[in-house]
Amino acid sequence: MSATTEAATPRTTSAARPRPRWTRNISAKIAAIPMIATALVIFLGGTIWTVVYSFTNSRLLPRTNFVGFDQYERLWETSRWLISIQNLMFYGVMSLVFTVTMGFVLAVLMDQKIRFEDTFRTIMLYPFALSFIVTGLVWQWILNPQFGIQGVVRDMGWTSFTFDPLNNPQTVLYGLLIAGLWQGTGFVMCLMLAGLRGIDEDIWKAARVDGIPTWKTYVVVIIPMMRPVFITTLVIVASGIIRLYDLVVAMTSGGPGGNASQVPAMYVYDYMFQAQNLGQGFAASTMMLLSVLIVLIPWAYLEFGGKKHG
Amino acid sequence: MADVSMAAAMTGPRGAKPKKRLTGRNIMLYGTLLVVCLYYLLPLWVMVMTSLKGMPEVRMGNIFSPPVEITFQPWVKAWAEACTGLNCDGLSRGFWNSVVITVPSVILSIAIASVNGYALINWKFKGSDVFFTILIFGSFIPYQIMLYPIVILLREAGLYGSLWGLVLVHSVFGMPILTLLFRNYFSSIPEELFKAARVDGAGFWGIYFRIMLPMSLPIFVVALILQVTGIWNDFLFGVVYTKPDLYPMTVQLNNIVNSVQGVKEYNVNMAATLLTGLVPLVVYFVSGKLFVRGIAAGAVKG
Repeated sequence: MSATTEAATPRTTSAARPRPRWTRNISAKIAAIPMIATALVIFLGGTIWTVVYSFTNSRLLPRTNFVGFDQYERLWETSRWLISIQNLMFYGVMSLVFTVTMGFVLAVLMDQKIRFEDTFRTIMLYPFALSFIVTGLVWQWILNPQFGIQGVVRDMGWTSFTFDPLNNPQTVLYGLLIAGLWQGTGFVMCLMLAGLRGIDEDIWKAARVDGIPTWKTYVVVIIPMMRPVFITTLVIVASGIIRLYDLVVAMTSGGPGGNASQVPAMYVYDYMFQAQNLGQGFAASTMMLLSVLIVLIPWAYLEFGGKKHG
Repeated sequence: MADVSMAAAMTGPRGAKPKKRLTGRNIMLYGTLLVVCLYYLLPLWVMVMTSLKGMPEVRMGNIFSPPVEITFQPWVKAWAEACTGLNCDGLSRGFWNSVVITVPSVILSIAIASVNGYALINWKFKGSDVFFTILIFGSFIPYQIMLYPIVILLREAGLYGSLWGLVLVHSVFGMPILTLLFRNYFSSIPEELFKAARVDGAGFWGIYFRIMLPMSLPIFVVALILQVTGIWNDFLFGVVYTKPDLYPMTVQLNNIVNSVQGVKEYNVNMAATLLTGLVPLVVYFVSGKLFVRGIAAGAVKG
């Protein structure tokens, strides 16, 4: 470790000045204080603090009255939490599968040397600039049973037509999915397109010379070559899904029927800031952390495990 | 492309091939893209159309049809009269709150992150990579786990519930992605430049302001775009760290549209939604390709 740092340290060209080690690069160290403070105090310190306090019975204010795993036992006995986890798993799997496949297919279409590429890209990506609140509210309006798609089709004469995902506990997650995909696939498409463009033109020429059909080149050659892009995309999308909150607040507020579309982030917020049951909020957020680590650690291991990065 | 050349190879050359624009493949390709674009454009269309109709027309008509009689009343009402709780001064309050939150947050976060990125590339010190790794991990950790400790820190500093508290929070959470962005960009600037400046006696800040800053204006624009849209669109931090008077636009919008009291005025709701989306949309359409380059560079190169 110290050997690599030594080599990376910019060499001063003036004659060797005997200075104590810690004063070397002193401005750089001072400039990095905000980063160090953020990393240590907020990201590391804050996380540890919450994990530690999740073992207390804090209610209105944090207290150091440790009760072991009581909060976690209560958490996993609360039906609202169990529903939140199920919802998130379902939404997460569906969202990952659809954003990645749709994103990739769209990127392939965009990569066919088409005309008006910029126009198409602009249209597909603009929802990504909008907030989840705006996204949620627009789709809530489009899916409005009385005036939205259902209402329009019924007015055209098909009176038994039913398309009201947001008011049916069975389908509410699909409603969220329609809006979530609308917001996020453009972004994934751009990531994939950047990946496709990064592939050497010679690969394509070689495949053409060998007479491999285009679709087969994509499946057999291109996709395996884009493995890093896929993994990065999966990690970004997955860590976004675990945070899913605003969209649900805007579209359904967790309903219908009280908790048909609850998600963990909502549980955490409600227990921390509404129900004044901090211990539960801490325990729930610790579970969220755990789920992210399950996604993140294998990825970090795969990506940075062997080689030296940076 | 490959299909075309394949077909040509199969049938053999027969003189100059007439260029056909309307091949089956092209119809499929453009057809699919057009349908996809319809899905993407539909909400924007519906938003604009609904916001220009009067309430009777909204109740009678079709959400996809353009207004028979255009009215800007919903926009006026959304901007200046819509109620949240006891305040009835419309979304304008949230708009100005968002402006006051976004501007300092963007400046502060970009200033900190660009210096971080520069220090990480050119002035590595013992442990700098460790802090950077923690920072990157921090960007994936759910915010929920850090919400309460930050409440305590802000309360201790007397900033809880104030705009400046929220500005600090945005600067902190913008740091990982922006630092990554700047670090990657600075690493592409030839090291010889840095070494030459060192030989000429330039110090940490001298090199930053005279070489790095002027050479990396595009990445600053990218960072600006990312931060303006990101902070403007934030909801969670706004709810947690400010009080109702200071709520940013997104929070106020949600309170207006999803409030249970009163008759639902869908046209006003859509005008309000559009107003909230306007700032990031303008940023997006003006920045064009830089937006794309930004998100692609930030994500793929990491």
